[in-house]
Amino acid sequence: MKVVEKTREIPLSALIAVFFRVGITSFGGSTAAALYREAVERRRWLDDHGFVSALALCQVLPGANPVNLAIYIGAQLRGGIGGTLAAIGLIFPPFCFILVLAVLYVRYGALPLAHSILGGLAAVGIGMTLSVGAKLARTIRKPVPVAIAATLFITVGVLHWPMIPMVLVLAPLSIGIERLLLKAEPQ
Amino acid sequence: MNESRLLGLFLVFAPLSLMSFGGGQAIIADMQHQTVDIQHWMSGRDFVDIFAISRAAPGPSTLIAALIGWHVAGFGGAAIAAIAIYLPSSLIVYAAVRWWHAAADSPWRGILQRGLTPIAVGLVFAGGLAVLEAARVNALQIFATVIAAGLLTTTRVSMYAIMAGAAVVFAFAQLL
Repeated sequence: MKVVEKTREIPLSALIAVFFRVGITSFGGSTAAALYREAVERRRWLDDHGFVSALALCQVLPGANPVNLAIYIGAQLRGGIGGTLAAIGLIFPPFCFILVLAVLYVRYGALPLAHSILGGLAAVGIGMTLSVGAKLARTIRKPVPVAIAATLFITVGVLHWPMIPMVLVLAPLSIGIERLLLKAEPQ
Repeated sequence: MNESRLLGLFLVFAPLSLMSFGGGQAIIADMQHQTVDIQHWMSGRDFVDIFAISRAAPGPSTLIAALIGWHVAGFGGAAIAAIAIYLPSSLIVYAAVRWWHAAADSPWRGILQRGLTPIAVGLVFAGGLAVLEAARVNALQIFATVIAAGLLTTTRVSMYAIMAGAAVVFAFAQLL
């Protein structure tokens, strides 16, 4: 496991700017994927393994995954104030955007041009989620974890089985297998 | 009257915040049930409209709570609903993250980390597929999704450039 060194402190203004930008540009449910591009690929605040395990932790805890992820990354970089500012930076711009959209919708009805453009941005967002998913998938290479990820995708994604029971079954199974593997080959 | 509506919003969304294991999509159905059937804040038709607006906006999908709050009690309602949906879960997450960072050297943390990784990967793909289905996408959108995924995976082209390109293409597609 590679440890990301904190060689210098990230300024709070830079921290909030990153989350602000991700919040306002991540259409189509792509917020977590956008955080990957900003925090891992562009700024190297975390490495791939650090990000995917942070994402996993954030998914099993209650709360919106991208908000949880913002708290995780913000807290890792700058403690409590970092986590707070990251979450607010991520939520506030789309909070304003969505209210403006609602007011426009009430006043003018569904604007076809705006609807079409937002639909296009959502499509790009979905593409980004799939792209980041493919990159994260490269962090698991052993057959058992691949089988677990594929099972979860097929049951929840394709077959629409309820997510929470599937995670409650597969997560302990996956953790238990890792525990056994560690016992089998102590280093 | 307005105070009781704000309190009502808080009392509906704060428990949902604590129950949203796996992310926002886990509680959308409960939100609809509470908002339409139990509190009678809006009709089912209104909820569908609000859901569509929330899908069109950037950011986390749980911001639909802010839209419901706005519908019920104006801007104050939006703010209270957003606080109620994010604050309770965020406090739990912060406590867990503190523990997680403090336990960086514990063998259990490594086991949890490796064990949870395939869960994260499986859920990312399932989530992408769910959004694709919920949006009832047209052929042009599927094309844009594939092109964007391909460009972002194989080239270093900026996401913002792709978004700008998509905005122009979709504007023309509507105008033609």
